Order: sequence, then C-alpha cells, then structure tokens
Amino acid sequence: MNIVVCMKPVPDPRRWGTLTLDARTMLLRREEVPAVINPLDRNAIEQAVAMRAGGTVTVLSMAPPDAEEQLAEALAMGCDRAILLSDSAFAGADSLATARALAAAIRRIGDVDLVFCGAYSLDGSTSQVGPQVAELLGVPDLTHVTALGLDGGTLRARSATEGGETLYECDLPAVVTFDKEVNVPRLPSMTGIMRAASAGVTRWTAADVGLAPAEAGLAGSPTQMQNTFTPAAARKGEMLEGSPARMAAALVEKLKGSRVIE
Amino acid sequence: MDFTLPREVRLVRRSVREFAEETVAPLVERMEERDEFPAELVRAMGEIGVLGLITPPEHGGSNLGHLARMVAVEEVSRVSAAAGISLQVHHMATAALSDFGSDAQKQKYLPPLCRGDWLGTCAITEPTGGSDLLGMASTARPVADGYVLNGRKCFITNCHLSDAVVTVAKTGEGPKGISAFVVEKGTPGFSAGRHEHKLGLRGADTGELVFRDCRVPRENLLGNEGEGMAVALRTIGEVGRPGMAGTSLGILQACYDESVRFAKERTLYGRPIAQLQAIQWSVAEIFAELQASRWLCYHAAWLKDSGADCGVETTLAKMYTSEAAVKAAQKAIEIHGACGTMMEYAVQRLFRDAMVCVSAGGTTEIGKLVVARAALA
Ligand SMILES: Cc1cc2nc3c(=O)[nH]c(=O)nc-3n(C[C@H](O)[C@H](O)[C@@H](O)COP(=O)(O)OP(=O)(O)OC[C@H]3O[C@@H](n4cnc5c(N)ncnc54)[C@H](O)[C@@H]3O)c2cc1C
Ligand SMILES: Cc1cc2nc3c(=O)[nH]c(=O)nc-3n(C[C@H](O)[C@H](O)[C@H](O)COP(=O)(O)OP(=O)(O)OC[C@H]3O[C@@H](n4cnc5c(N)ncnc54)[C@H](O)[C@@H]3O)c2cc1C
Repeated sequence: MNIVVCMKPVPDPRRWGTLTLDARTMLLRREEVPAVINPLDRNAIEQAVAMRAGGTVTVLSMAPPDAEEQLAEALAMGCDRAILLSDSAFAGADSLATARALAAAIRRIGDVDLVFCGAYSLDGSTSQVGPQVAELLGVPDLTHVTALGLDGGTLRARSATEGGETLYECDLPAVVTFDKEVNVPRLPSMTGIMRAASAGVTRWTAADVGLAPAEAGLAGSPTQMQNTFTPAAARKGEMLEGSPARMAAALVEKLKGSRVIE
Repeated sequence: MDFTLPREVRLVRRSVREFAEETVAPLVERMEERDEFPAELVRAMGEIGVLGLITPPEHGGSNLGHLARMVAVEEVSRVSAAAGISLQVHHMATAALSDFGSDAQKQKYLPPLCRGDWLGTCAITEPTGGSDLLGMASTARPVADGYVLNGRKCFITNCHLSDAVVTVAKTGEGPKGISAFVVEKGTPGFSAGRHEHKLGLRGADTGELVFRDCRVPRENLLGNEGEGMAVALRTIGEVGRPGMAGTSLGILQACYDESVRFAKERTLYGRPIAQLQAIQWSVAEIFAELQASRWLCYHAAWLKDSGADCGVETTLAKMYTSEAAVKAAQKAIEIHGACGTMMEYAVQRLFRDAMVCVSAGGTTEIGKLVVARAALA
C-alpha cells in the first residue's frame, strides 16, 4: 500500500496567546511562534504508518523551507520519505492553488494507492484541500473519517455525522481525510529520530511538478483575501415575567412567531 | 560557534516532553504517596526509546548521544525528577556495558535493557562512604569458574526493580584491586535489601543490594580483573554526574515554570505579583541560574559526544546545577508564599527533590575537589 500523507505546518496552538496579526497585510506573523504538524495530520500519519503493509509512506508538504523540521518529525514517526514543495512561486496560495500543487506532486510521485489528509487545518481550517486534491486527481474522497479499514481491495470507512454515522465502501485509489477519533498518534521514538536523521528531505519546485507560474501561489489563486475582521455581533435579550407556566406559554408563542418551531 | 541544538536533539526534546507530560505526569501523585517506582514506566520508556539513547543501534539503541540524553533526562525530570534519576542511572548500566562489556555481554544485556524488558543500575556506593571509593569493603574471591561476591551496597537507585546490576568489589588491594561485574537478578546469594524512604525523589526506588556468598560466573566479569576502578570512575564521571546534572536541570526548569506561572496568576494590590520588583528579581535570579546551568550541562554533554576529556566539565555541571536547583527551589517557594509550602503545589516537591540531588552522584565537596584540581593545575 503506497500512501501519501499531506502535512501542513501550523502555528503551535499552545503558543497562540502570543500570535499577532500584521496590521498592514492582515496575515499572521507566523515567524513569532514555532510551527508544529497540524494535529489531524498526525492522525493521518499514524493511519498511514499502521496501514502501509510493506508499501511506502511519503509525507508531502507545501510550505516554506523551515517545514523541514516538521517533515523530519513525520519521518521520525515512521514515514519512509519526505517531500517539501518549496518555491517562492507557491507563496500566497489559496486552498485551490494548494491542492493543485499537492495533486501535481502526487502525480509525480506516481503509483499511489491512498492520499491521507487531516479533515481540516488548525489555522486556515477550510477543509477544502483534501476534497480538491481528490477532484484534481479524479479519484473518490471520504471526509471526516473516524475509522478506516481495508477489505481486499475495498476501503471501508466510517464517519460521524450529526446524530449518527455513515459507513462507506470505496475503491482504490482514494483520498481520505481524518478526524481525531480515528486513532491515537504515536510519538516519534528515539530510534525513529535516529532513522529520520539519515533519511533527509527532498525538495521540489513548481517546475519540478510541472506547474507553470500562473498556476501556482497567489497567481493561481481565485480567492484573494481583501480584509480580515471580527464581525460586530450585537445580541438582544428579552426577559419574560410571570409564573413558570405563563412564561413557557409566552416562549412557545414567540418561537412560533419567529418560525423557530412550527 | 553555533549554539543551535541539532535537529535530532530538538526532536528528542519535543517527543520526550510530550511523553513526560502524557505518561509520567499522571504517575507523580502515586509515586509521592507510595514511594514506589511504577514498573509500567520501564516498559513505556523502552517503547519511546529513551532507555537506549546512548547505546549503539546494533545493540538495540538509537545512539543519539549524550547531548540528546541530557535533554531527555532534563525533560523527564522537569515533570518527575524521581523518574529522571531512575532513567539516568539505568543509562549508567548501559554505558558501562557498552564501554567495557565483551561482545557476548553486550548482545545478552543491552537489547533487553534498551527495550525496557529489563531495568538496570550501577551499584558502587557502600556504607563505608560514597566519597571514599577505595574504602569499599565488598570482596570478590576468585574460584574455579568465577567469583564469590560478599558485601553490601547502599543508596542504590532502581535497586529492587533492576534485572541487571553493574557493580564493583575488591579482588585485591589498592586501585588495581577492584573489579567490575554484571550480576543478574535471581542469582543465588544476591538480593535487594532495605527500601529507603527519602526526603525527596520519592518514587525513585532507592535501597540496599546484598551479596552473600554470591557465585558470579567468570563471563560476568566486566572488563579485565583489576579494571573496576576505571569502570566506576568513567561511568560515574562521564554518565552518572552529567545524568544528575540533567536531573537537577529539569528541577530548575520546573522551578522557573512554576514561578512564572504563579507570579502572573497571583494578584495582590489589584495586580499580578509579577509586577512587584521584588518578585521580578527573584524570577530573574532563577532564570539566570537556569541559563548558566543549562549551558554548563549542554557543554559538558557536547564535550563527551565530541570524544574529548569531559570529567571536569561534567563534575562542574553537576555541582553547579544541583546547588542552583536548591537555591531556585527556595526562591520558588518564597514567590509562592504560604502556598509554596502546601503539598498541593509542586514547588515543595521540587525543593525536596533538589536537596536529594546534591549528594547523589557525588557531593558538592567532592565536586569542588575535582574542579579545584583542574582550576589550580
Ligand atoms: C485568515 C485566513 C483566511 C483565509 N481565507 C481563505 C479563503 O477564503 N479561501 C481560500 O481558498 N483560502 C483561504 N486561506 C488560505 C488557506 O487557508 C490556505 O492557504 C490553504 O493553503 C490551505 O487551506 P487550509 O489551511 O484551510 O487547509 P484545510 O483544507 O483545512 O486542510 C486540510 C488538510 O489538507 C492538507 N493540507 C492543507 N494545506 C497543506 C499544505 N500546504 N501542504 C500539505 N498539505 C496541506 C493537510 O492534510 C490538512 O490537514 C485563508 C487563510 C487564512 C490564514
Ligand atoms: C537518591 C540517591 C541515589 C543514589 N543512587 C546511587 C546509585 O545508583 N549507585 C551508587 O553507587 N550510589 C548511589 N548513591 C550514592 C551517592 O553516590 C553517595 O551518596 C555519594 O557518593 C556520597 O556518599 P555518602 O552519601 O556515603 O557520603 P559520604 O561519602 O559519607 O560523605 C559525607 C560528607 O563528607 C563529605 N566529604 C567526603 N569526603 C570529603 C573530602 N575529601 N573533603 C571534603 N568533604 C568530604 C561529603 O561531601 C559529605 O558532605 C545515591 C545517593 C542518593 C542520595
């Protein structure tokens, strides 16, 4: 089973208290806070390492050069190979341009049975990258998966929905995105860290994965952020008075009036 | 000069910190209460691989080196110095076996010691005084196919739980009359004696080991006959002392963390006490001791990794850091006011733990003797 895990470095949530926003560009000052592997991507790595069965697990990231640190950690968790898409042409990518770069890299890796992602990143949190990669590769995708197994050549997945669960069956190759319930990710062991030290990280540019400058980064991004702000939310309260029964009846009338209940 | 820690060491820190917070921290209360080392922690430390940090891969370790080991001991000790000392003394056994063991000994003992199937220790100190190595009374009498050991070791870490014990006894007189052995749990005539109850490092298993006409086969001689002094001095000086330095460094870091947290949370006169200059000075003093100790420790470990002589630097790091931890713990308790003396707060434990680290691995006075010899050379 050859598996590619897409891994995004995100600012360490334990240090979010010290994160600030650049007032001019409205972007996070990421350099102020150390990066960590996006937590759900740890689940994706765990799943891949457990399911590899003689195959190869490649961890793939589109990120600045510092991401080698998180890729080394992924290697220490048991991934066999690490690829960093690093090129100034990738800067400013929205989720589609990100997915396009990842999909191009996955095509170049070739012979891939499964692509694993986190269900969402801690910072951007659009949940779009996994499904977009699937679409670009023309393969099915299963999202928010909480349990995954392989039965012959068929993938069986479970994902939680509001008040229930959905069970899926799906052929390979496929893209799967995980929620944290799927497993408990291992910590890198000392022997894993030793192996990672000799494995090293491969770097690819946009040209290496066959992307033209217009398809990558900001230039290849249909969404461009205009502004970031906290919407002003005003809440209105209304006090009901009288006996409990009278207040309950008044509440029901009000809820019906505003069509919250029928 | 580049003071950046290598990537492997940064990864070790991150992984061991998480391990300590997730796996060791929940055990601390039980260790304090029962004063017993949790056996399951041996297996857990084997799984994450910290037991084999200074053992070559061919014998089941990762060989990430002494700087990585220093950081690992520091991170474990930041959460539990009792777990830290247990880990570091285990490393003394693996190091003595790697440095002086025969191929057969390495193959037999190191893999289970790295996996956490076995725990190890290094038993040198006797009731005749830890500082006076040559004054030891234990004997190893040569017989046809080995030796017969008689004697008593005291204040030994991992005492009751160890499966393999590196120890020394007299096979003759003077410095050349001491030999080293590896003795397995269950060997007839070998037993663990009293379990000590200590002021601090509660939950680290400390006690006596007793040899009573204990027959040890010849293949368990570690190094050559008469080489025991070299085994003891090298293992204490290059592994045990930096190990205690790392244990104290973890305590110091915890003193700093707890002090900063409390100073920011506790409000007096309508503002956090961190805004009082007297508190700021105390925090600054703890921080200064932490930084000075940290670089002494890392430098000593780096020297060891580079293959250079490091005995003076490891002793200096041990002496300075263990004393600094006591001072920092006292300051940390003062910053906490009465809360600092309450059992619910960690700082009282840090103080007790720091006190016990001062003599373990060699006292400050012995440290000064070693350092003075170099300083006056
Ligand atoms: C405040 C803010 C607002 C934004 N608004 C928009 C917007 O409106 N529209 C838009 O398109 N983009 C937007 N972005 C950018 C977008 O979040 C990221 O640029 C995009 O690269 C990744 O999307 P995500 O983090 O939401 O990933 P998600 O889709 O949430 O991530 C899911 C998984 O995809 C994989 N993955 C994601 N990124 C990478 C990567 N770089 N390398 C490897 N694997 C990866 C990981 O497995 C991850 O767990 C915004 C960013 C910020 C900070
Ligand atoms: C928690 C703990 C764990 C330990 N674990 C181990 C272990 O695993 N294995 C092991 O072998 N040992 C272990 N020890 C023993 C430790 O190494 C000894 O306690 C230490 O070497 C000091 O020996 P001592 O306690 O017998 O003190 P003594 O040697 O009796 O010293 C008493 C006092 O005299 C001072 N003194 C001695 N000689 C001189 C001198 N020449 N000049 C000036 N002052 C001097 C000392 O500094 C001290 O203040 C442990 C100790 C502790 C507390």
